[in-house]
Amino acid sequence: MRYLPLTADDRAEMLGVIGAPDIDALFADVPSAARLPGPVDLPRHAGELEVERELAGLAALNRAAGAGPFFCGAGAYRHHVPATVDHIIQRSEFLTSYTPYQPEIAQGTLQVLFEFQTQVAGLTGMDVANASMYDGSTACSEAVLMAKRVNRRGKAVLSGGLHPHYAATTQTIAHAEGMEIVRLPAAIDAEAAVIDAIDDQTACVVVQTPNVFGVVTDVTKIAEAAHARGALLIVVTTEAVSFGLLKSPGEMGADIAVAEGQSIGNALNYGGPYVGLFATREKLVRQMPGRLCGETVDADGQRGYVLTLSTREQHIRREKATSNICTNSGLCALAFTIHMTLLGGTGLQQLARINHARARELARAVAGAGLEVLTPRFFNEIAVRTKGPAAPLVERLAAQGILAGVPFSRLDPHAGLDDVLLLAATETTTSDDIAALAAALKAL
Amino acid sequence: MRFTKDHEWVELDGDVATVGITAYAAEQLGDVVFVETPDVGKAVKAGDAFAVVESVKAASDVYAPVSGEVVEANGELAGAPETVNAAPEAGGWFAKVKLADKAEYDALMDRDAYEAFLATL
Amino acid sequence: MTMNTVGRPTRPEGAAAGAEGFQSLTGARGLVQDEPLIFELGGWTKTGVDLPDVTEDADDLAGLTRAGLELPGLSEPEAMRHFVRLSQKNHAIDLALYPLGSCTMKHNPRLNEKAARMAGFADLHPLQPVSTTQGALALMDRLAHWLKTLTGMPGVALSPKAGAHGELCGLLCIKAAHEAAGQGSRRTVLVPTSAHGTNPATAAFVGYTVTEIAQTADGRVDLADLEAKLGDHVAAIMVTNPNTCGLFERDIIDIAKLTHAAGAYFYCDGANFNAIVGRVRPGDLGVDAMHINLHKTFSTPHGGGGPGAGPVVLSAALAPFAPAPWVVSGEAGLALAEAAEGEAAQAFGRMCAFHGQMGMFVRAYAYMLSHGADGLRQVAEDAVLNANYIKARLGDVMTPAFPDGPCMHEALFDDRWLDGTGVTTLDIAKAMIDEGFHPMTMYFPLVVHGAMLIEPTETESKRELDRFCDALRALALAAKGNDDKDRFKNAPHLAPLRRLDETLAARKPKLAWRPETLAAE
Repeated sequence: MRYLPLTADDRAEMLGVIGAPDIDALFADVPSAARLPGPVDLPRHAGELEVERELAGLAALNRAAGAGPFFCGAGAYRHHVPATVDHIIQRSEFLTSYTPYQPEIAQGTLQVLFEFQTQVAGLTGMDVANASMYDGSTACSEAVLMAKRVNRRGKAVLSGGLHPHYAATTQTIAHAEGMEIVRLPAAIDAEAAVIDAIDDQTACVVVQTPNVFGVVTDVTKIAEAAHARGALLIVVTTEAVSFGLLKSPGEMGADIAVAEGQSIGNALNYGGPYVGLFATREKLVRQMPGRLCGETVDADGQRGYVLTLSTREQHIRREKATSNICTNSGLCALAFTIHMTLLGGTGLQQLARINHARARELARAVAGAGLEVLTPRFFNEIAVRTKGPAAPLVERLAAQGILAGVPFSRLDPHAGLDDVLLLAATETTTSDDIAALAAALKAL
Repeated sequence: MRFTKDHEWVELDGDVATVGITAYAAEQLGDVVFVETPDVGKAVKAGDAFAVVESVKAASDVYAPVSGEVVEANGELAGAPETVNAAPEAGGWFAKVKLADKAEYDALMDRDAYEAFLATL
Repeated sequence: MTMNTVGRPTRPEGAAAGAEGFQSLTGARGLVQDEPLIFELGGWTKTGVDLPDVTEDADDLAGLTRAGLELPGLSEPEAMRHFVRLSQKNHAIDLALYPLGSCTMKHNPRLNEKAARMAGFADLHPLQPVSTTQGALALMDRLAHWLKTLTGMPGVALSPKAGAHGELCGLLCIKAAHEAAGQGSRRTVLVPTSAHGTNPATAAFVGYTVTEIAQTADGRVDLADLEAKLGDHVAAIMVTNPNTCGLFERDIIDIAKLTHAAGAYFYCDGANFNAIVGRVRPGDLGVDAMHINLHKTFSTPHGGGGPGAGPVVLSAALAPFAPAPWVVSGEAGLALAEAAEGEAAQAFGRMCAFHGQMGMFVRAYAYMLSHGADGLRQVAEDAVLNANYIKARLGDVMTPAFPDGPCMHEALFDDRWLDGTGVTTLDIAKAMIDEGFHPMTMYFPLVVHGAMLIEPTETESKRELDRFCDALRALALAAKGNDDKDRFKNAPHLAPLRRLDETLAARKPKLAWRPETLAAE
């Protein structure tokens, strides 16, 4: 076995040093009824070539997004990632290191996390960010729980524009913690409807911009309404590239900003791993979940970085921890930071403008094909009304080699929005792709 | 000054009890980095966790040694948690509680009893 | 002859002065560069990405756009240097033994990385029509089959994104099952004192009260204490097996029987599955739910702290409550049950958007195929052999916490051997850094004083194990000797940085770079 260095001679010699007659003696504590006499019923080991062949075979059964016109978004976006990013994240020192528990020999990871936190704070317009969460949806649910810790109230109001998977995840997690979740009915352009649902028991309202239908909303008024009743405003963003163009959550009065960071530095990966961004105001930092990296000095006075405020975390506070989370999404955060460093503020702004321009071209083309565009103000994603249910239409176009977006019914089958189709465009979308989609829609 | 087995101290001035953690506790915790004091107006029962003290490696609840209403919290500690290490039984006090039942105070250990208790640890 | 005497000396000259006290003029240490933050490298208007011009403005978004975005950019060569320089300040499993107990730092095969980057997996959108992702669904289905077969459990939830997320998923299944059976009043979870901190944190997260179970002198769950604490108020027990002391719970079958007799479920923390994979099936032990850290047992890379993946295998009693989505077989091949209806009608909810850590599934499945059933069994055997070898080689100079009987995949020492030396567990850990090794897990589990938990994993050669044991033996003798303890008290001496001031970091948290930071300094 190529991954196992010990030889039969090594094993015999080591058993001699241990003073054990055979390997079974080392498993003596396992009850005899539970000892398997031999390998379980699965294939035997295989060489690298055979394994690669099998996996390539499975991969070939999938239609890669880049294989043709592609318009899927709804929380995961196809962007171009510079080759440098993937090269650096595969360096042994980043790929094969653990959580930086020994800061003297983990300054590489720690400094990157500090840079990541600073970038996320800058993008979201907030004071501080943590070292990342599993993904945007879990960050969203953690934000709701944090709001409960901050103002000790038990209710959260979710807008009808919140990604249904985010809403379902938050419902599951917050319900387990005993919170009441009010989820407003799916609505294309109604983030402000949360205002009417705020009462004195409301810990937080959760709105999304751009929302799941692509609608961009200035949430300043929602922030004011929430704050007037002592509730926090949580702003969710699933397309991180939009931070390059749109007003930041911080600028609009958010208390907690969470986002899916996949768009920057990370591939689609069929849904994971991704990287959750989580940022808040300075005064709330001790209620923030997840890992935090902070600046300090070493014994010689040299600047360095450590994980800090870890008393909030499970390994110290145990049942009193702010969250049960143990890991962050380190390597995806690294990819995010490298890509963001290559872009810089000016590059991300440019990239965002390109995305927006591609979406405008898409919207014009789709409207030209006779479909109603439902999204009044959008960044790089639009909702359109299809003639008849969207799901079979998407299947038909897939058969023609066009991945024509996400039917809203896939995310929420009971919303009564079966004829709503979500279409995204990014810098990877060409005019030819858009023309092909428009032609296919027209031909239906 | 009176003491608890959980290493809080109480000093009584009229019916207002000032509460903190003992020098022994501060020493055991190591460098204190954060203190969460109770809100003024909060009603506490003896034995309730009513404050939190954190070092780099540990977070500990501080229990109210007596029942009553919190009338003042030591706001200085937020910006200078190191005071708990420097002067645990003076400037490092946590909160003042308006005593509900003086008998609770009387039942606590005096310094000799507390030191005898420490010797058993 | 012609004599060319021009050129440089070819052997070192001068006195054999050590590096002690030597300071470079720039702050660099030879190959280890002093590298500022990206915010200090001056690229406020720079970008390392060439993008086309935009002809269209954003007039439709008037009033909704941001004024500016102050973040630095670097050209590609600058960015490459920045991150490569930083990388060289990290220890890594590819560099040397990384014996962090309970973390299973094993070799990460690059075949797995290659597979995960195949366009058919990496460039696949989670919401494409399932007709276009049959290979991905087949891979998830096969991974599930391997996990179920290796654990002897009938169900599995793939979506949890890490071990702690898996624990949460498992407990939510248990909670849902109790509620469905009218047993929602069970609100207590029993957890041994030696448990990993995530166990009580997760139980509390779900709203359960945590009661600790005592440990016996030989490092196992105290069966009598467990029996006394079980009752109709108990929802579950959470036991790690092999436990955090690196020991197999000998009474595990009785633990399961007692638990079930009390109407509670047995959650097993599978963090240490690497020790028994292929040799013991948790299903045969009576386990109802167990998360599997794919980044431990199945070698997906730790990446400096994630991403992980924590699928949860489930007993028949719990499987119906698993969260959406599920891979299901339909008329047109494989499909996903994504909402709590149909086959997934009893699902307790959803753990995250989409379907879990697909990139980790590909890596783990590649690892499983490479090893096969026979190789995985060998994994457990070699992991256990390596740990016992370390225990045997160090047992006379250090003090094993549980000297009697074999350990499993990790060797646990306490700090009795340091009594009177003035050297602590922390000092030993930091001194190991100077010797080129990553320290072991220290001060965990909490039940052992000054704990040093060493997990070598199966991917270490005998030569590397000997190198490690020789180094620790030398350190142990030095610690016990009469020499100056500077080697320990001020270690590490040779790392990119010396010991860091964690008190300062926590008292005055500085969590982001700010322009005024420079002004103040």
